[in-house]
Amino acid sequence: MTKTEENKQGILNINLRTKTLIITGIALLILISVFVSNYFIDHTAVLTSNFYNVNQPPSFEHWFGTDWMGRDMFMRTLLGLGISIGVGAFASIISTIVAILLGVFSSVNTVVDEIVTAVIDLFGSIPHILLIILVSLAFGGGYYGVVMAVGLTHWTPLARILRAEIKKINTSEYIKLSNEFGKSKMWIARKHIFPLIISQIIVGVILMFPHAIMHEASISFLGFGLPAHEPAIGIILSESMKYLSMGYWWLAFYPGLSLLFLVLLFDLIGENVHKLLDPQSAQE
Amino acid sequence: MDVLKVENVNFNYGSHKILTNLNFSMENNQVIGLFGDSGSGKSTFCKVLTGFIKEYEGTVTINGEVPQGGFNPIQLIYQHPEKVMNPRWKMRDVLEESWMPDDNLLDEFGIKREWFNRYPSELSGGELQRFSILRALNPNTKFIIADEISTMLDAVTQAQIWDSLLKLARKNNVGVLVVSHDKKLLNRICDSIVYLSDITE
Amino acid sequence: MSKLLEIEKLSISFSQYFKGLEQRELKVLSDLTMDVDDHEILAVLGSSGSGKSLLAHAILGILPSNAKVSGSIRYKGKEMDDELKEELRGNKISFIPQSVNNLNPLMKVKEQAIGYIKDEKDKEKIIKKQREIFNQYNLSEEVDEMYPFQLSGGMARKVLISTALLNDPEIIIADEPTPGLDEEAVKETINNLVELKEKGIGMILITHDINTAIETSDRIAILYLGYVIEITDTKNFSGEGEKLLHPYTRSLYRALPETYFELTEGHQPSYQNIPKGCPYHENCSRQIRECHYELPELREVNGTIIRCFNPLGEGD
Repeated sequence: MTKTEENKQGILNINLRTKTLIITGIALLILISVFVSNYFIDHTAVLTSNFYNVNQPPSFEHWFGTDWMGRDMFMRTLLGLGISIGVGAFASIISTIVAILLGVFSSVNTVVDEIVTAVIDLFGSIPHILLIILVSLAFGGGYYGVVMAVGLTHWTPLARILRAEIKKINTSEYIKLSNEFGKSKMWIARKHIFPLIISQIIVGVILMFPHAIMHEASISFLGFGLPAHEPAIGIILSESMKYLSMGYWWLAFYPGLSLLFLVLLFDLIGENVHKLLDPQSAQE
Repeated sequence: MDVLKVENVNFNYGSHKILTNLNFSMENNQVIGLFGDSGSGKSTFCKVLTGFIKEYEGTVTINGEVPQGGFNPIQLIYQHPEKVMNPRWKMRDVLEESWMPDDNLLDEFGIKREWFNRYPSELSGGELQRFSILRALNPNTKFIIADEISTMLDAVTQAQIWDSLLKLARKNNVGVLVVSHDKKLLNRICDSIVYLSDITE
Repeated sequence: MSKLLEIEKLSISFSQYFKGLEQRELKVLSDLTMDVDDHEILAVLGSSGSGKSLLAHAILGILPSNAKVSGSIRYKGKEMDDELKEELRGNKISFIPQSVNNLNPLMKVKEQAIGYIKDEKDKEKIIKKQREIFNQYNLSEEVDEMYPFQLSGGMARKVLISTALLNDPEIIIADEPTPGLDEEAVKETINNLVELKEKGIGMILITHDINTAIETSDRIAILYLGYVIEITDTKNFSGEGEKLLHPYTRSLYRALPETYFELTEGHQPSYQNIPKGCPYHENCSRQIRECHYELPELREVNGTIIRCFNPLGEGD
């Protein structure tokens, strides 16, 4: 009796490190395969209409069913997710650059710090969607417009974290001592501060993905984002609205669920990487 | 001969006066004890001396010159060594930030080479304090300010680190200001004892 | 007759995660056996950062949830489970914490001292008593209305002591009562503690300051890397230390500035590198073969409890 109990516990209590690594690995594998599959799918073949198979419900042949033009919804969703990841990646890179610049800038002196804080608060206080739509229109819309809009609006949380973190490190005693050893500001920034904030940056970037993806999908859905010929998830969802009342539920259900799944995967990776880089947070 | 001189130093924290008209001097072949009650401003004085606090009135000079930029010849050793070490650095980097002593000196301080690849959180308080003392005893150091450096250590370790520190300081002609609330310790290791209340107004 | 508080083979460890979630077991207290009686102060002496405070937390039942605990704690012969610990905590067993940081910064001193009481009559009674005790410690009525940050070091110490006395405790656990105080306040605190003992309270005094331990306690338990290595009468800390039997204890005593300031080789490693066998053997001048691979059990030699295969004699 007790022996079986022990065995059970042994399986459930896998070492946290292994567990975290496995979860992160699987999540990453799924994301990468979604993204890479885009390059192997023949876009024209998938997106060409086929009127023999119009509005088929999900089956083994068409996992996610087909739409009113007979296109396979699974393939369309896969392409849509690929675009989402692409937009997310570009937007995250832009946001991270802005966040790092502002974070570092804030440590120059108190006046600059106040200005940076004010800018962060200003951007944080404008409704996100509105700002994204405006910036997207200002950049002329399309793929480029969406990437810039999402990228230029998502840096606030990371900038705020970096500013606080740099401030904390700068006031620590070992930085003061480093000054006494005659080390230059650049040396201290490179050797002391950067290695300590790099983990924050990595986690911040990963956790930015889900936001960027969701916002891209929402403005595409509203018609301000990607053009209608792109197989983006937002477009798929907005098109499917017309057909939902006719009972073609699979047109919205599977793409929506896939988007949610994608977002959760990024969240999961972010949290687990955070645990790996910053073990204090894993201390129960 | 190097002379450390503190003249007419005033330091206020808001409207609260912490140091008033402080005058003090010592030479580099001396070991002087500084005694004062807790909260009397001993630690503030240490920080003024070593440039950790810069917004004070008065002057701190070595041989009549204010230490400027680069390596500060007046080095502070803290009560809590773990606070003055970057938690993500290995001990080798921590030590090398100041200088790398030769093998003999490392042995004299009882520092084992295997510790070099460990992080500060993996060493005991006594082990860390050895590193921070050796780090402060850079060849360019002329004065050491030791602020309660053995308060958190057991008596055995206390005796060991003072023995190592004072031997090296005397050999290199480094002046040591020993700040402590433990008068018996000051009596043991110092040439003379100064009361903070006697050098301030 | 059973003792007031008995601790037997108490071990506390934590599993900690390091970079990359490498897991390590950190033993903070190992195989701790000791007891306290009424009219007695037992000092637990260990270097700082050694997690001695966790001993107090274990007795009070307020250890963090990731701590692994084994062994037993008995109150008047009765095994203390979580329920009993909660019942005794703050009543029969009081705690004097390390500093005012343990007080709520947003609550007035008086309110913290009496705690939350529903019944108005009980409340009046306890307020009266609080005033009485505060008076004994020269804490004026002004202090009642102060917030913790307004208290000086010595005053805060008195507030913490008098708060601990409100429920007529039988056992007091005091965690580092002296550091950060000036000489006068230290003396006063020590007097206060000794007075409590004379009234019949049994006290565990957790400290890293050997002077405080010598001046207050009846017996001293010396910790080394989380192991009790010797429990001896406080009066043995005298003369040349010839009555101290464990090599570490004796060199500790002889290293004091007021005795010989004697130099001993070797240093105390960190808790992550506790040696196999006797924890002290690497630094011990009297090590024998067993010390390297076997942990000595606690045993009694001439009235002293000691964990050593080859203890010193009085002549050594």
